[in-house]
Amino acid sequence: MKLTLHVWRQKNAQDRGRMFRYEVPGVNEHMSFLEMLDVLNERLIEKGEDPIAFDHDCREGICGMCGMMINGKAHGGFKGTTVCQLHMRHFKDGDELYLEPWRAAAFPVIKDLAVNRSSFDRIIAAGGFISVPTGSAPDGNAIPVRKLDADLAMDAAACIGCGACVAACPNSAAALFVGAKISHLAHLPQGQPERDRRALAMIRQMNREGFANCSNIGECEAACPKEIKLEVIAQSNADYIKAAFTERPETAIGGAG
Amino acid sequence: MELTSNAPAGPIEKSWETHKFGLKLVNPANKRKHKIIVVGSGLAGGAAAASLGELGYNVHCFCFQDSPRRAHSIAAQGGINAAKNYHNDGDSVYRLFYDTVKGGDFRSREANVYRLAQVSVNIIDQCVAQGVPFAREYGGLLDNRSFGGAQVSRTFYARGQTGQQLLLGAYQALERQIGLGAVKMYPRTEMLDVIVSDGKARGIVTRSLTDGKVDVHFGDAVVLATGGYGNVYYLSTNAKGCNATAIWRAYKRGALLANPCYTQIHPTCIPVAGDYQSKLTLMSESLRNDGRIWVPQQPGDKRNPASIPEGERDYYLERRYPSFGNLVPRDIASRAAKAECDAGHGVGPTGLGVYLDFSDAIKRLGKHKIAERYGNLFEMYDRITGENPYEVPMRIYPAIHYTMGGLWVDYNLMSTIPGLFVLGEANFSDHGANRLGASALMQGLADGYFIIPYTIGNYLANTKSETYSEDAPAAKDAVANVTAITQKLLNANGKRTVDSYHRELGKIVWEYCGMARNAAGLKKAIGMIDELREDFWKNVRVLGANEEFNQSLEKAGRVADFFELGELMCLDALNRNESCGGHFREEYQTPEGEALRDDANFSYVAAWGFQGQGRPPSLTKEPLAFNYVKPSQRSYK
Repeated sequence: MKLTLHVWRQKNAQDRGRMFRYEVPGVNEHMSFLEMLDVLNERLIEKGEDPIAFDHDCREGICGMCGMMINGKAHGGFKGTTVCQLHMRHFKDGDELYLEPWRAAAFPVIKDLAVNRSSFDRIIAAGGFISVPTGSAPDGNAIPVRKLDADLAMDAAACIGCGACVAACPNSAAALFVGAKISHLAHLPQGQPERDRRALAMIRQMNREGFANCSNIGECEAACPKEIKLEVIAQSNADYIKAAFTERPETAIGGAG
Repeated sequence: MELTSNAPAGPIEKSWETHKFGLKLVNPANKRKHKIIVVGSGLAGGAAAASLGELGYNVHCFCFQDSPRRAHSIAAQGGINAAKNYHNDGDSVYRLFYDTVKGGDFRSREANVYRLAQVSVNIIDQCVAQGVPFAREYGGLLDNRSFGGAQVSRTFYARGQTGQQLLLGAYQALERQIGLGAVKMYPRTEMLDVIVSDGKARGIVTRSLTDGKVDVHFGDAVVLATGGYGNVYYLSTNAKGCNATAIWRAYKRGALLANPCYTQIHPTCIPVAGDYQSKLTLMSESLRNDGRIWVPQQPGDKRNPASIPEGERDYYLERRYPSFGNLVPRDIASRAAKAECDAGHGVGPTGLGVYLDFSDAIKRLGKHKIAERYGNLFEMYDRITGENPYEVPMRIYPAIHYTMGGLWVDYNLMSTIPGLFVLGEANFSDHGANRLGASALMQGLADGYFIIPYTIGNYLANTKSETYSEDAPAAKDAVANVTAITQKLLNANGKRTVDSYHRELGKIVWEYCGMARNAAGLKKAIGMIDELREDFWKNVRVLGANEEFNQSLEKAGRVADFFELGELMCLDALNRNESCGGHFREEYQTPEGEALRDDANFSYVAAWGFQGQGRPPSLTKEPLAFNYVKPSQRSYK
């Protein structure tokens, strides 16, 4: 099949950027979307033109490195699918596609379709963990976990941090990403001691990074390639509100040490 | 050069305890004065950086991805082994040790493997405490499953994405240290050289992948946890960015590289579909627990699988290996699939495929149970092939998946360059000639959480810290080397793309140094690689400049190293006149077609040393002794 692509080209963060048009003949239906771009890039290099920059790594839908808007939909808008796992059999001859990077103030463009998502790392660094120094853990079976809780924790933990939720959200909110981590750890007994601190710290960092507020539109859930549920946002809101009301300063006289 | 493993003498059960006690400690107040460089942020690197940061060292961690959470450990599906014996089915540290030595076809160092089995139990505890959502039983306790090459259930798992969850555990521990200021993280940064001064590793040279800036980073020790070199083959289950540049540049600075010909071909991958194919996708080995592998008895039988009656199917693994059946180790399952396809029984459009059939399991357990166990894998298969594995059998074929070879390390995980430590898949240490399923995650985390924090302290306590400036000759030399390689690639200004060279190299190595090798083919491959490499340097086309985000330039540097490493793999395979594990030399096989080892002549680690461009490498042998598990012909019948 033959496609027409309109691709956002931007040399670097300072460049203004604009759409370029490319004709791509000879696309095979079994190719993945990124393989189709590989083929285009090989042709561009042969012609002496700068290939299109895009992030990708595992190409198995698990590392979260890839992602772009295809006709305004994050990862192309196919249920539970990252763009590396999207195959060309979903498109037809003559299709015209518009490819753009994630658009969000907190994800500045590096080049073309590649963006900087370090803001996500800083949110995790603020509190998205359980503090357990290496070597200090009790036996694995000393902490029984209700199967349903473990399963719900796993559902939330499946987040790959790709940023599609932010890109799909009209507000560029990171509520689904943050909610997924808060919900994952809140479902487990191991996560309880830091539950309040975690919700406060992560959401405060999220605000500092320039992500806007969630207004319950639900685009994020629809765009999420791992099908993380909106429920995680409800969970993190509840945890945040409870923590904000009960927050108190660290004990002034030093506590237990 | 003589290689000393530094593995302690005495009873193996006590070796690690005794050894740990003998290791010197660094005073807590002095730890922050020691700067440690960690390259790579996967299970080994991420766990090491987090643990060393917790101890109080000043850690600087580097990865080429945009975030440490994306390292390729994330793609491991099936699980992680641990000798917990939670299932009361006869497991023990000794049995995990025994299985791993035997599974590695008696080509690993016993003391290392024993230690790995010992700390396996601590890993599970650590990960559970971090909040890794392992699968559980209704009683709230941890669930296990059995995995290829083992007859006990010792594999812990988190749905079909165990690697992801373990990596996120390590990543979160690492981010915690970054937040506390104990670790400084450098994402989108690639290590391009090691700085070796007075015979010791003293730092690295990096290139920023966003703006091309070349920087010098000094440290009191350098830890490489940069993964394997499976991408030499171009098509592999590795991520596109996986590369051997860090270990290869260390090799060129004097670190010995061990057993490069030990590569693992995973039996259950989705077959190649076309020339444009950019990578191969693994279907977890755990599928072999419930799926049955078969081919049509009649060569060239093109009927649809459902209409081939039971009596005309050959369940060849169950037939040839009745006691292990579909659960034989990876090397054996892969070779058997190749043999069936070579004999004309292969299925699918290319004839390079065998069926992995779940219809019996669905009948026995119900679709719901199968979906619970493998749902995400079935979806992934459907997405890639457009076929529904609940309805039609999967088609699978072996693909390169893991490399057992790597930089040589002693019992302390230190390479032949003092101060240069190597962890995880990047080292050669624990899997011998073949790795068992669910053991890569175990080794990465063992090295990172429980071994390097002890052994690196001993090195630091025994080594004087030195301050260097960027004008130090070793640093200037390394920077000059990095700049020269970049310039040479950009200036070639030829006609062919980097990928086209990489693809061609991959085909050569797969053909002659893949599932089956022979002396004539290996010699031929060395000549072909040489020729292709020469052409590469004259005729490669890398557009753009160094000072920008330039993905072609990144790839070009990595492919340049793959050429040289590919040649060394062939040389090592040619030297090893025996078959063992993943290394199958057609000249050395039993009458039944099984691997035939030559323990009298080849019970050693082959460690290669760089002797200068264009000169043959040196070969140093570390003899292997088996005092506990007596070498025998592996039998899974």
